[in-house]
Amino acid sequence: MPTASPKTDVVYEVTIGLEVHAQLLTASKMFCRCPTDYANAAPNTHNCPICMGFPGTLPVINEQAIDYTIMTALALNCEIAEYSKFDRKNYFYPDLPKGYQISQYDVPLSTNGHLTIHVNGEDRRIGITRIHLEEDTGRHLEREGRGEAYSLIDLNRAGVPLMEIVGEPDIRTPEEARLYMEKLRSILLYLGVNSGRMEEGALRCDANISVRPKGQKEFGAKVEIKNMNSFRAVERALAYEAERQEAELRAGHTIHQQTRGWREDKGITVAQRTKEEANDYRYFPEPDLPRLVISREWVARIRAVMPELPDAKRERFIETYGLSDYDADQLTSERALAEYFETAVKSRPAEHRLTRAKSVANWVVGDLRRLLNAAGTEIGESPVRPEGIAELVELVERNTINGKQAKDVLEKAFASGEMPGAIVTREGIAQISDTGELEAAVEAAIAENPKAVEDYKSGKTSAVQFLVGQVMRQTKGRAKPDVVSPLLLEKLEKL
Amino acid sequence: MAELWQLSISEALDKLARREISAADLTRAHLDRIEAVEGRVRSFVTVTDQDAMREAEQIDRMRGEGEALGPLAGIPLALKDVLCTKGVRTTCSSRMLEHFVPPYDATVVSRLRQAGAIAVGKTNMDEFAMGSSTENSAFFPTRNPWDLDRVPGGSSGGSAAAVAVGEAMGSLGSDTGGSVRQPGALTNTVALKPTYGRVSRFGLIAFASSLDQIGPFARSARDAAHLMNVIAGYDRLDSTSVNRPTPDYLAALTGDVKGLRIGVPKEYFVEGVEPGVKQVVDEAIKTFEGLGAEIGEVSLPHTRYGVAAYYIIAPAECSANLARYDGVKYGFSARDGVQDLVQTTATTRAKGFGPEVKRRIMLGTYALSAGYYDAYYLKAEKVRTLIKRDFDKAFEQFDVLIGPTSPTVAFKLNEKLSDPYAMYLNDVFTIPVNLAGNCAISIPGGFSDGLPVGLQLIGPSFGEETLLRASDAFEHATDFHTRWPALPQQKRPPRARK
Ligand SMILES: [Zn+2]
Repeated sequence: MPTASPKTDVVYEVTIGLEVHAQLLTASKMFCRCPTDYANAAPNTHNCPICMGFPGTLPVINEQAIDYTIMTALALNCEIAEYSKFDRKNYFYPDLPKGYQISQYDVPLSTNGHLTIHVNGEDRRIGITRIHLEEDTGRHLEREGRGEAYSLIDLNRAGVPLMEIVGEPDIRTPEEARLYMEKLRSILLYLGVNSGRMEEGALRCDANISVRPKGQKEFGAKVEIKNMNSFRAVERALAYEAERQEAELRAGHTIHQQTRGWREDKGITVAQRTKEEANDYRYFPEPDLPRLVISREWVARIRAVMPELPDAKRERFIETYGLSDYDADQLTSERALAEYFETAVKSRPAEHRLTRAKSVANWVVGDLRRLLNAAGTEIGESPVRPEGIAELVELVERNTINGKQAKDVLEKAFASGEMPGAIVTREGIAQISDTGELEAAVEAAIAENPKAVEDYKSGKTSAVQFLVGQVMRQTKGRAKPDVVSPLLLEKLEKL
Repeated sequence: MAELWQLSISEALDKLARREISAADLTRAHLDRIEAVEGRVRSFVTVTDQDAMREAEQIDRMRGEGEALGPLAGIPLALKDVLCTKGVRTTCSSRMLEHFVPPYDATVVSRLRQAGAIAVGKTNMDEFAMGSSTENSAFFPTRNPWDLDRVPGGSSGGSAAAVAVGEAMGSLGSDTGGSVRQPGALTNTVALKPTYGRVSRFGLIAFASSLDQIGPFARSARDAAHLMNVIAGYDRLDSTSVNRPTPDYLAALTGDVKGLRIGVPKEYFVEGVEPGVKQVVDEAIKTFEGLGAEIGEVSLPHTRYGVAAYYIIAPAECSANLARYDGVKYGFSARDGVQDLVQTTATTRAKGFGPEVKRRIMLGTYALSAGYYDAYYLKAEKVRTLIKRDFDKAFEQFDVLIGPTSPTVAFKLNEKLSDPYAMYLNDVFTIPVNLAGNCAISIPGGFSDGLPVGLQLIGPSFGEETLLRASDAFEHATDFHTRWPALPQQKRPPRARK
């Protein structure tokens, strides 16, 4: 180990580039017609001769996967290639049925885009080098049993369309890396091209990270980090690695180009292989597939059906509904949440929309999301539908129930799936706005409490408070004190 | 009267339609012929006699009931063992796939079945279609019916020999660098390599995907047209198959070549071409001239780089195509003495592949390796473009080009086995067509010392109709294609009489 003198006074900076693999939500696989919904399936049940690499079989491109990749590329401000092609990436691995992966090498579907993240109130633009399409591999498990080591291979995943999004080394902190991943996931979910499930491996992230003394032109030696299965893991692993590399450099050691794996349980990265052991993939053009010609009409067709993306939606929510930055951020972080919000707002007539929108936002971002999180339910599966939230807001607006009651009603509606209005009616918890019923209660209170009436007449105004309390008790709290008081005074004056 | 196995497909279809013979008779006659000659020729890896008879009887039953029958109903054919056949083992003449039974038919096989053709068996070949003599079969060599001491050519040697000797009325082979045409030339059969993309490759076990093309063997251009009518056409399972209408190849056989412009590439008459071969080709050119064709000289200047380019591109593709044979999913899997998965794959490949296959995998792996890709693969692709341009230019002036299919007649077994390069040079005139992707046919052109000489006609992309028309016209003027090999009797004791 070359040990120069320890460097204590140098300031280091971190450079991070992310490579993201996203499985596409197509119905069938990339090159065959097998279904892609293998998540809970028994091993090797989502296969055919093509995705098992049987002799004589040939790939046929799933055009939906190309559509989805173009869509993603447009969302990430990329250029779409007019001509593209597939290549064979050759390496031996038991979960790779053909002994090569059909991928894209030198002419990817799209290049040169960017994604903007908001860091500490500022916009940071992170470059996208390229987006290309390939097929996923199967899975391979090393096992031991009865004193023998053996391998299990599951090819269900083999051939699932996989989009690789290669980012520029523009990221400067582990936090930015997490924000980039969150934003990317959000965009993919908006587009409906990926499930966003990192824990299931549907969205994967590898990182290249290097550290150099501030001011140095050349990047430090690149270390690739693999096996980060959550946003938190991305941030933790990179924070650990940045610190590790900096400590090495400070100690006068050299960082070597290598691949390291994140160990979630131990919170450390572990060396996996060095540059010398790196594969030579011997890429060459896939002869079983024709060259891809992406007409500008094709791109226009996809552009026309692109959904509104998070940033645009966020701006629109602030402008149209007068939402706070925070609420707009929260609501647009997930397409389903934003759509839920907007459906709720639009489910009622247009007047008072602005005030209602703020209330709806509060309920959705606050209590509803809390209930959803506690139940582990996605917004799309919420037992309280958008119309329910709209109704709840309306009940409060009309003073039928108060805020505290509304929370209660929401919880009940969440548990039972009933509409809030129905719960209020059934449980009789509507505040009394009917003057007839209220008058009767006031008159009853006067009749039943002659002592208090006497006290009032003799100038003890506190007696009014007592009588209001009696009315409240009689109506089980459904009466509103600010309505009861004037009515009571009016009756007392008339006596 | 000729034996049933000597009929042409056209004649047999007539007789079947008129119910002079049954499909069962015809199939039985071929199975008997196989029984009689197979001990000497060894065309087949697998004979599917029971399936064949059952299918033939089914055809007869359908005909009896007046059901609609396909255009090849009852015609016994042979399939190169590189074509996947559902439920019938498909070996590629390799230990690796010795017991491999595909769960699907190749598209050409299902098209033939649909047409009512009857498969009598799977034919021997050079392992994974790599070779020019069928000696690279892991099982046994096939012999040339014209001289049992000689090779039938390759890699589709079994399919060629089977048709030449009457074991099948026609057959299918695959042509990557001449693997249909060269054995066709060496066995006096008609052998067509269609334009790349004209015939679906789905179910053809790949050797070099950008070069492989399935083609028919027959004993006349007309019979080849019958087969092409069934196997040609777009297939959505093969993205490289071309979506354009399939012509009626039989209708193209007008017998007329008046005014047909035939180019003679001077690069095809160079040193290395046997005088006997050259003489046959010269005669053939005169025959065409006599039929009213216009003959002219043409140059294909990059011909001599073809073999070199081919032996980069084909091995490169094969190194990837054959990576799937890892002992994990199907086929041979080495289990004895292996400790782990890596060893399983390594041992499986070491024991499962023969020497020529290994040689090409290593060549291809090397050519694609980092640092060598530009110098080898990329350069070879550039040569390929130049060769294609040669043809494009030639076809501006000519409808068809003519030359020898192979520089030599059939060579002796073992003659070139120890010298791969000499073996490779045997494909010098066939390889350029695969590189360029256009079509070519080898037809019986005559004989040299009693051995067949193949005449190669080269056409532009989708020029199959012209090739078949010219071949058919040539057959009208000659009788070479009608000759049968005088198969020497088997040297074994006569059966005891009852
Ligand atoms: Zn499949």
